[in-house]
Amino acid sequence: MERTTHNDALRSREIHLQALFVAGLNGDERSYQVFLSELSGHVRGFLRTRLQRQPGEVEDLLQEVLLAVHNGRQTYRLDQPLTAWVFAITRYKLMDFFRGRSRHEVFNDSLDDEAELFAEPHLEPAQASRDLNKLLKQLPERQRLPIVHVKLEGLSVTQTAQMTGLSAVKIGVHRGLKALAQMIRGTR
Amino acid sequence: MKTDDFISMLASGVTPVDRHALAKRFVVAVLVGLVTATLLVMIVLGVRPDLATVAATPIFWAKIAFPLSLMIGALSVVMRLARPGMTPGSGKLLIVAAIAAVWAGALYVLVAVAPDMRVAVILGKTWRVCALNITLLSIPGFIAVFWALRGLAPTRLKLAGACGGLLAGAMATLAYCLHCPEMEVPFWGAWYLLGMLVPTAIGALLGPRWLHW
Repeated sequence: MERTTHNDALRSREIHLQALFVAGLNGDERSYQVFLSELSGHVRGFLRTRLQRQPGEVEDLLQEVLLAVHNGRQTYRLDQPLTAWVFAITRYKLMDFFRGRSRHEVFNDSLDDEAELFAEPHLEPAQASRDLNKLLKQLPERQRLPIVHVKLEGLSVTQTAQMTGLSAVKIGVHRGLKALAQMIRGTR
Repeated sequence: MKTDDFISMLASGVTPVDRHALAKRFVVAVLVGLVTATLLVMIVLGVRPDLATVAATPIFWAKIAFPLSLMIGALSVVMRLARPGMTPGSGKLLIVAAIAAVWAGALYVLVAVAPDMRVAVILGKTWRVCALNITLLSIPGFIAVFWALRGLAPTRLKLAGACGGLLAGAMATLAYCLHCPEMEVPFWGAWYLLGMLVPTAIGALLGPRWLHW
């Protein structure tokens, strides 16, 4: 009985988060922000149980997963369970993390893992040790300025193009965030 | 940066995502692979002079069907593997079925010919260059397919790289059929397959290095 209620909760979370995410894919900024916020609680909770011996790494890895979700959002297929998609991204980043550290922890890939991704969220953020602002500053101008103006100051693409004289603002944001993900990988 | 601020940054100013972005990348990759391989065959190797005659025979189309099936199978698998959380899907059955069919055909032919002719049937006249030509012809398609994958998010890098390599190899073989004079099934089962396995193996090796994100 209790198991059924738990599964129902997971299913309704899947439906709820998917609706927010799909709205975000259609350009709804508000829904997308709510999606990322709620998702971050779930991924944080998931990572905390996986990284019990490295609690200091949880928030950094969470930010990396969120960036990967954002950069890879065009690969989501509407008929695919969102849980499976996010889980595969999180698992990829987690394994990449372990490989980078050449740790010998065995990543326990039991069948329950995927379902447990959207289990109880952990809402308390920890301090991230890596400063993304510093990494952003290392990006080339044509990527850094679009990100600073569009993503941090909230200017429109047209305003940014006028201010900076750059023609490819959207591409600059896109490539800059991809480059940021590679830089994060490099600093590990 | 705090996670909440980072989330605000990611969400701020988002624009609608192109739902066909993935398909478009692969359309470009397949076009580049097929067109460049065909042009290279026409310019460097030369189209076989009897192409018009041979194109009227069923065996020529059986030959085309082999790399074509592998191309469709590999494309279907690699397009799924470009998305996190997707299984390879049914395309792998097509790959297995195409290889099984060619080997069954090859066996049938080899049983039928005189024992002392078997090696000659397998080697044909061009076994020395076939696999090498296919490998070289696959290079532009290989780069194009890896370009397509690099913009996406494959999580099984070795497998995605191998399938991408197979796709490039199959496209090259398809173009090579315009040049290659060999019409014996055992030859295809050995040398065409080897020619496609070389880019497949290179893809499996380079996948983890080139496709990570």
